Amino acid sequence: MSEAIVHQVFAGLATGGIYASLALALVMIYQATHLVNFAQGEMAMFCTYIGWSLLQTGLGYWPAFLLTVAVGFVLGVLIERIVIRPIERTSVLSVVVVFIGLLAILNSVAGWIFTYTIKPFPSPFPESLANPLMSPHELGSILVTLVMLALLYLFFRFTPLGLAMRAAAQNPESSRLVGIRVGWMLALGWGLASAIGAVAGMMVAPVVYLDPNMMGGILLYAFAAALLGGIDNPLGAVLGGFIMGVLENLLGAFVIGNDLKLAVALVLIVGVLLVRPSGLFGTVHVSRV
Amino acid sequence: MTPRALVGVVVLLAAAALLPFALSDYRVFQLTLVLVYATALLGLNMLTGYNGQISLGHGAFYAIGAYCAAILMDKWGVPYWATLPVAGAVCLLAGFLFGLPALRLEGLYLALATFALGISLPQLLKYHLIESWTGGVQGITILKPDPPALLTDAGLPLNPDRWLYFFTLAVTIVMFALARNLLRGRIGRAMVAIRDNPVAAQAMGVNNALYKSLTFGVSAMYTGVAGALGAIAVQFVAPDSFGIFLSLAFLIGIVVGGLASISGALYGALFIQFVPNVADSVSKAAPWAIFGILIIAFVYLMPAGVAGVVRLARARIMREESQSETGGAKQPGTPKEVVQ
Amino acid sequence: MLLDVKALQASYGATRVLHGMSFGMAPGSITTLLGANGAGKTTTLRAVCGMVKTGGEITFDGRRIDGKATEDIVRLGIAHVPDGRGTFAHLTTEENLRLGAYTRKDKARVHEDIERMYGYFPRLKERRRQQAGTLSGGEQQMLAVSRALMLRPKLLLLDEPSFGLAPLVVRELFGILRAVNQAERVSMLVVEQNAALALEVADHAYVLETGRVVLSGTAQHVRNDDAVRRSYLGY
Repeated sequence: MSEAIVHQVFAGLATGGIYASLALALVMIYQATHLVNFAQGEMAMFCTYIGWSLLQTGLGYWPAFLLTVAVGFVLGVLIERIVIRPIERTSVLSVVVVFIGLLAILNSVAGWIFTYTIKPFPSPFPESLANPLMSPHELGSILVTLVMLALLYLFFRFTPLGLAMRAAAQNPESSRLVGIRVGWMLALGWGLASAIGAVAGMMVAPVVYLDPNMMGGILLYAFAAALLGGIDNPLGAVLGGFIMGVLENLLGAFVIGNDLKLAVALVLIVGVLLVRPSGLFGTVHVSRV
Repeated sequence: MTPRALVGVVVLLAAAALLPFALSDYRVFQLTLVLVYATALLGLNMLTGYNGQISLGHGAFYAIGAYCAAILMDKWGVPYWATLPVAGAVCLLAGFLFGLPALRLEGLYLALATFALGISLPQLLKYHLIESWTGGVQGITILKPDPPALLTDAGLPLNPDRWLYFFTLAVTIVMFALARNLLRGRIGRAMVAIRDNPVAAQAMGVNNALYKSLTFGVSAMYTGVAGALGAIAVQFVAPDSFGIFLSLAFLIGIVVGGLASISGALYGALFIQFVPNVADSVSKAAPWAIFGILIIAFVYLMPAGVAGVVRLARARIMREESQSETGGAKQPGTPKEVVQ
Repeated sequence: MLLDVKALQASYGATRVLHGMSFGMAPGSITTLLGANGAGKTTTLRAVCGMVKTGGEITFDGRRIDGKATEDIVRLGIAHVPDGRGTFAHLTTEENLRLGAYTRKDKARVHEDIERMYGYFPRLKERRRQQAGTLSGGEQQMLAVSRALMLRPKLLLLDEPSFGLAPLVVRELFGILRAVNQAERVSMLVVEQNAALALEVADHAYVLETGRVVLSGTAQHVRNDDAVRRSYLGY
């Protein structure tokens, strides 16, 4: 019995890495803009399809992977500059509507270009990674996620550009006063978020298979993770992701079965929003009337 | 209502009454769905357009209404017309109960919570413990009601599709009339006040919490009744018909049709019913690509939706007419309707 | 003239705050803008930085800068210490300083400049790895000034630097400002409510009233003129 639990925990960490990545992308955008990127899942899905196309051309896996991440980055920057920037300061409803529109466009264009037939996506992790705790792909997936998170941490903590992006997200006005081009920092943030999504998509596609609607449930878990960790706390988002992954697996295996997995995420989202909107590690806001 | 507007409505109703006799059964079915969506959109518009509470999960109420009708008709042989009040009551309660916790969620967070509801809905509907009621993945099939013997015996050329159309039309007219009274009166103004400046509204004595929850309830009721009518028209309910894209289609419908506008619900319904029909012939993906592009374009260019454009056009025509009547003297502008 | 402002107008939305004010600054000088609350002093600084909609002409170092974006004006050598300090509260003291040098091309000398700031303000060195938001008011003001100096600006704009600070701290701060002005030829435009203090440090003074310059002269002249002091500066 305990062996089953251990297996579920480790498998949960693997999916948790996916949730952590997407949650991080969501939090990065939220921190800088106070906007919830409803289209994050579709962006990741679209990038994964681009990866698939590159693989179809015969390109090796890792070159295709890196190229997809680069394309994902550019896609994010373009979306911010062209679609989001004009409406950044309008009403909440307008912003939500634009995000929904983006979601719809990405979903349908993927379906149009790549058809709705479900496609397999390769896992690059060789059988040599097999071990008693988890499958090669699960292990490889966790490693990739951790490497990516480490690189991001180093970038934000130790590079001038990373510092400038942090500053721009926290305090745009002061950032202008030291000469930071805040608009471009925002675009870069979107680029990074999109790139992170591309990685997440390519890690999850071998498991759930490639299909325009593949990211819906995953995005839901990412939202739950981001809220759990604190919607403005990147580290919290990552922790939240791993927690959600393990929780999903443990509950699914021992409590509720596979039937209600999305309900778990729903309950968590609504629960956090009602009981403790700042999540475990986010900043608590007091609104004065 | 001005005499002019009254004439307009009468003409519209006359056309609506005569159309089914000139069209094929399939077209009549499509028009029935337009009416169904119009009612559903009116419900969502009340909540989001007039009251400012964003719901990305209204498909849930549509589904509840639809399943109410289907279960009542299939399991207990309840006549189709009797399922409407039940669906309405259930959704009124469900919406009000939803509205209570929603009071604590602002704008984006409410959108997020309802988005989560919309995404998890099909899975919730497939839950095996309620399968004996909902029919699980297969869903429930119901029979289209026959027109009442009284009318067919009298020689009226009614078939089930036409009868259902007229029935839906009657319900829709009643619902729209009720909504109009509600929204143009004190309650409607309170709802809009809450949307635009909740603090000021509260300070002026509006009970924000009560109004917001009630609005949620009434909004859910409208969409639920629409769901019931929709189920009867389509003769079928199944979990996968109620995915996130249904809720998103509703949102798109009210934005395109016109927020905080009653006629907007009708324009929006025509849009979401017929665009897929036309676009489907191009490609399966085309309808949603069009929805996505148009909705973004509408936010940038026509924030008041089709209803807003119509209103502007009418105002311009009236201004030109009165100018020519009085020899070009300046007229005061028409009062602006409250639109987000 | 380092800074030449002609007929400057500025508005916040529909409210006009500056109604055509003009003044100038010679290179290497310390100039102070005085006046009551709401006279438009802060707005003037913000206008020079491109943070508010303006009409009129602002010429800096021979170049027109009105209409330019703040980020570009900074790159021309103008550093602004806003009222409220504008520190990056969630970043460390040293990160704040490094950001001050963000636009500089001579990265190698940034490190030595940071040490120089620590020389002026030893308390900042003690707190270099602390989050800036946890520093005291006085320390944050020193940090804000240091950050601005990290730019190696030609012109330093200071908005109410004495606000909320204990008198001893204020003396210390102004002493350092005067030293920096003399040693590094950094021109300074200081907005101050505390007129007496500002007039001790400055070379020139302009007095603003409802968005217009109503008096200008050397600081000494303004300080010694009783009538001026009483009617415009309240002491």
